Amino acid sequence: MQFKHKDILDIESLSAEEITMILDTASGMKEISDRPVKKVPTLRGKTIVLFFLEPSTRTRISFDIAAKRLSADSISISQSTSSIVKGETLVDTAKNLEAMRPDIIVMRHSFSGAAGMIAKRVKASVINAGDGTHAHPSQGLLDLMSVREKKGKINGLKIALVGDISHSRVARSDIAGFTKMGAEVMVAAPGTMIPKKIETLGCQVADNIEACLSDADVIIMLRIQKERQQSVLFSTEREYSQLFGLNRDRLKLAKKDVVVMHPGPINRGVEIANDVADGSASVILDQVTNGVALRMALFYILAGGSRNANKV
Amino acid sequence: MRIRFKGAKLVDPGKVNAVKDLVVKDGVIESLIDPLEPDTEPDIQVIDVSGMTLVPGLIDLHVHFREPGEEYKETLETGARAAVRGGFTAVCPMANTNPVNDNAQVTRFIVNRAEELKLCRIYPVGAISVGLKGKTLAEYGDMKQAGIAAISDDGHPVADSGLMRRAMEYAGFFNLPVISHSEDLGLSRDGAMNEGAVATRLGIKGIPNAAESAFIMRETALAELTSVSIHIAHVSCEESVDAIRNAKKRGIKVTCETAPHYFTLTDEAVKDYDTFAKMNPPLRTETDRQAIIKGLADNTIDIIATDHAPHSLMEKDVEFDRAAFGIVGLETSLPLSLKLVQDGHITFEALIEKISRKPAAILGIDNCLKPGNPADITIIDEKSEYAIDPDTFFSKGRNTPFAGFKVKGEVVLTMVQGRIVYQRT
Repeated sequence: MQFKHKDILDIESLSAEEITMILDTASGMKEISDRPVKKVPTLRGKTIVLFFLEPSTRTRISFDIAAKRLSADSISISQSTSSIVKGETLVDTAKNLEAMRPDIIVMRHSFSGAAGMIAKRVKASVINAGDGTHAHPSQGLLDLMSVREKKGKINGLKIALVGDISHSRVARSDIAGFTKMGAEVMVAAPGTMIPKKIETLGCQVADNIEACLSDADVIIMLRIQKERQQSVLFSTEREYSQLFGLNRDRLKLAKKDVVVMHPGPINRGVEIANDVADGSASVILDQVTNGVALRMALFYILAGGSRNANKV
Repeated sequence: MRIRFKGAKLVDPGKVNAVKDLVVKDGVIESLIDPLEPDTEPDIQVIDVSGMTLVPGLIDLHVHFREPGEEYKETLETGARAAVRGGFTAVCPMANTNPVNDNAQVTRFIVNRAEELKLCRIYPVGAISVGLKGKTLAEYGDMKQAGIAAISDDGHPVADSGLMRRAMEYAGFFNLPVISHSEDLGLSRDGAMNEGAVATRLGIKGIPNAAESAFIMRETALAELTSVSIHIAHVSCEESVDAIRNAKKRGIKVTCETAPHYFTLTDEAVKDYDTFAKMNPPLRTETDRQAIIKGLADNTIDIIATDHAPHSLMEKDVEFDRAAFGIVGLETSLPLSLKLVQDGHITFEALIEKISRKPAAILGIDNCLKPGNPADITIIDEKSEYAIDPDTFFSKGRNTPFAGFKVKGEVVLTMVQGRIVYQRT
């Protein structure tokens, strides 16, 4: 099938067929990272700009490795090395980047909607690598990929999503992706972390953590951002951990073959207990591995490779 | 030189609603006469406005003209030109200029400039607190002598209830209307749009209705305590309308305004982070929009004001969270408000009450169409259908969510003190 989008800004705008195509392509890409020579010439001569205006290590490196494994030239720009610090507006910076003719701009920004705003103004494809509390589609897609890989399907599964939904772009992309692929998503958190009308996104809100975890096929724990404590979202990390942390006892509520995921970075002992994070149900590091393959797939598809997606 | 407006339907709520000719002489209304009555003197200019509707000049209690300080956004001249094009013969610019209009010198600057311009009347609103900082009272008496018509810290709520109480008591002494920007900053902080489904989907921090309604309840409690009337600016949601309706039932002296965007649009208009749909208070839900219309229909909401807030693209073509709040409104207010009449929510007379008569009453002005009154009039072509085109605006601001909106009703002529200050070409 042809991929018609110029950009990947969120999961809502992708169809189930398109998501499946992306996941299939990503699965095919995975093997490249296991070769002794981890590089194919597919995107030779393509330029990919990693435009990260918010601190990020994991996501930026994941995109960077993905670009290099496909032989694209990748350039990293951060907040401190961009002209934004000199007072240039985001739109002007993007127009200047555009003038250097990149093929793909991967963008992270601390404000919701920023990637979409730039996508409208540049000819290059834009991949949203996280915009404020709006969306993080590559994370959502790699979560789908990881679940499909472990469970063989997504349709009909129960996904438990626990943590600060209000401030999580991962949560929004996960809810959009899993519901679109036929899974049931249930969220749990203190009321301070559940945004109003969250049910309009297609998920259910559990009355308590136990109901959320009960019979879950997949548990996704979200990072508790310690800096959020100042905006009075919870009292103490200790209490949060007691009430909402994923520990060995709570894990027993879920299905026996449950998989535990986390977008990282994890706060050990806060939202997830040590032994659960490192336990057999945890696929947290598989997510990171899949992230590279998934991002390779996005580059490949956006750079025009969707017509021969099977021939890598 | 006398001017005779011939053939228009004159509508002045409770006074006249008939086809009559209106004769203006030396800046005042000379007479309202039968169209068949011949001209008694030869020195008369006859302006044929048959088929049109002639009403008392429209008054906007809530605009931002940006001068002094941010002339790149709007000047008193461009703002006044936008006003008369929108049919307004008088406007009240808020105090949040730079420097703030919290002293008689700034007031005098605005008043003098308005006199030079000879466009619409400009009644400046003075600040409640020095620098809009909510700490100390501004010099209301001095500013009143210089020409302010009301006081408000618009844009900044007066968080300290004790200070607000004193402001009301002090303003009451000078008989100055007090206009409240009702917003609980603890509830609205960092919010950029209405709290609800759209904000949740977009990942934008929301501003709940309670941020407005809870503050309004404080204001009405203070009005009751001080026996000084309070005017609530830009009411946007159901809970606020209910709070004001209840206060009025209690006999509290409270009036309020809404703006056309609150009865025309909902937060769905923000859909793709459209910064032209970002204003404070924010666009709410359909339930709220209906409640605003109901409040207008049952007169809980006394007037319609624009909250005309011009910004340049520099403030709007940025990330949604960083974008300035506010939209322009002077040149779209009348046609958008006429839709309430066209849809049968209120009568044409009731609309004129809300955009002319009641704002005049709050300011203590008599602007009825009667002999001896200043000739401040607006003539409307109720049948004209067109699409709103921001490129034609006289305002410097282009920040409107109504570009391309199909509307019906257009100003054909605006007269202030007997001078034609705008005429449709």
